Amino acid sequence: MAQERLAAIAGIHEYPLRVAPGVSSMQIKAESMKRALDDAGLDWGDVDGLYDALDGEGGGGLGLAAYLGIKPRLLDTTQVGGSSYEFHASHALRDIAAGRCNVAVTTYGSTAASMRVPIGTGGMGRGGASWQQNMEAPYGSTLISNYAMVAHRHMHEYGTTTEQLAQISVATRKHAMRNPEAVKAMTDLQFVKVDEITVEDVLESRVIADPLHLLECCMISDGGGAAVFVSPEIARDIKKKPVWIIGAGEATKYRENGGDITTSAGAQSAPAAFAQAGVTPDEIDIAMIYDSFSITVAVMLEDLGFCAKGEVGQFIEDGHLAFDRPGLTLNTDGGGLSSNHPGMRGLFLLLESVRQLRGESTSQVDGASLAVAHGNGGLLGGTHTGGTVILAAD
Amino acid sequence: MANRPQPSFPEPDTQHFWDGCKTGELRYQTDPDGNVVFYPRGHSTVTGDRGLSWNVSSGLGTVYTYSVVRQNRMPGFQELGAYAVAYIDLDEGFRMMSTIVGVDDPTQDIHIGQRVRVEFEEQSGEDSYPIPVFRPV
Repeated sequence: MAQERLAAIAGIHEYPLRVAPGVSSMQIKAESMKRALDDAGLDWGDVDGLYDALDGEGGGGLGLAAYLGIKPRLLDTTQVGGSSYEFHASHALRDIAAGRCNVAVTTYGSTAASMRVPIGTGGMGRGGASWQQNMEAPYGSTLISNYAMVAHRHMHEYGTTTEQLAQISVATRKHAMRNPEAVKAMTDLQFVKVDEITVEDVLESRVIADPLHLLECCMISDGGGAAVFVSPEIARDIKKKPVWIIGAGEATKYRENGGDITTSAGAQSAPAAFAQAGVTPDEIDIAMIYDSFSITVAVMLEDLGFCAKGEVGQFIEDGHLAFDRPGLTLNTDGGGLSSNHPGMRGLFLLLESVRQLRGESTSQVDGASLAVAHGNGGLLGGTHTGGTVILAAD
Repeated sequence: MANRPQPSFPEPDTQHFWDGCKTGELRYQTDPDGNVVFYPRGHSTVTGDRGLSWNVSSGLGTVYTYSVVRQNRMPGFQELGAYAVAYIDLDEGFRMMSTIVGVDDPTQDIHIGQRVRVEFEEQSGEDSYPIPVFRPV
């Protein structure tokens, strides 16, 4: 299939620590940008495009360039939750193809663990008056319970079981144990057991919000990273092989009267991305899917087209997921469940996709040539965004 | 609990809904074509037109999905023990977040498809808004 090669990821960096006391988010962003540029063999002054998700102490298009000390000719502050970085890659493809910039960067920094931010359990009632807050704040919904409502409905409609969902946690942990940074993350965050886990381990972990157990929920870490997007001309002369962005799609979904909560925005963003890329789901080697919770991955496997709606339980039982099993391979860095989740995991989906397509993963799939990164931002059972990016090896 | 977070005002979209709760009415909107609009807003989500009508629901509905919150770090909810959060599909065709009360054990006594009816839970504090919650029929 002929693919247009209009923009590439040239350099990456994943901040190695998941507990980083005494460091600011902005410092993580700046250090990550420098190291990602080093990875590509590019210089600080080469950057002429800046994407940001408004994270950090005074970030965004208004604040980040000033902090970094650069004067890009393209500024994009797209903040759509954890999928922001898939949107940034999508916009970089569009903007670089249009000649609006040649070397663009997106950065991420967070100290959610050190600041003890209760992302999953702290409730949704913050902020001022809004039409939605006024309708939902009285009920004590947590982020986890929102995703859990999707899981309950999925189980009710399709017979999906906790045992099936638990396989997602099991495969992800297997990959994490092969990734030294993930092992250090789990150790530093004082996981009870830093080892491979079984389905029974997942079922025996405590329920946080029915039907989701602790081991179906992502960690809360510090962390961050950066990715450098470049034009084909720049990609010719970088240090490593470029990884091409060949398709992208964006969508949003929300609570609707009579709507189907088991289908996400991914069902809209993924077909657009695959169509642009000119590839089909069965050609994909690596699926980097935002594993905020087990159910997020399950829904996305369906919405990305790896199996039909409602059939993910059987898809999981048929194999897949682990890097050393036939079929689709999932989240080879250890995921948000077991490696890195400082609040907006979307960036790491791109970074591990690049590692796989360069042959640098700690759970490398031989000959991996196509990856999909799919981010979900916001609340899967409420207002959320889906960003799908298809990536190809050089 | 009679001390849930209250809606905040001024907030023009939801004021009339909450005024209804004070009179025991669960209010929802329809546009001139009969499309149901909920949560409350100033425009039709189908056509963008203004001029919506307010209606009063029968308060009868069905549990679309739910979760039971076992762990939270929210002031006012931490001491509750396990409690349900649910989406309720009202018979008139709108879906709202709420909770389910009047069950001994929310982890066992709630199920998808269960029929429920609204009631308005009085809240502590002067001039507070009662909160619509649902009880199995």
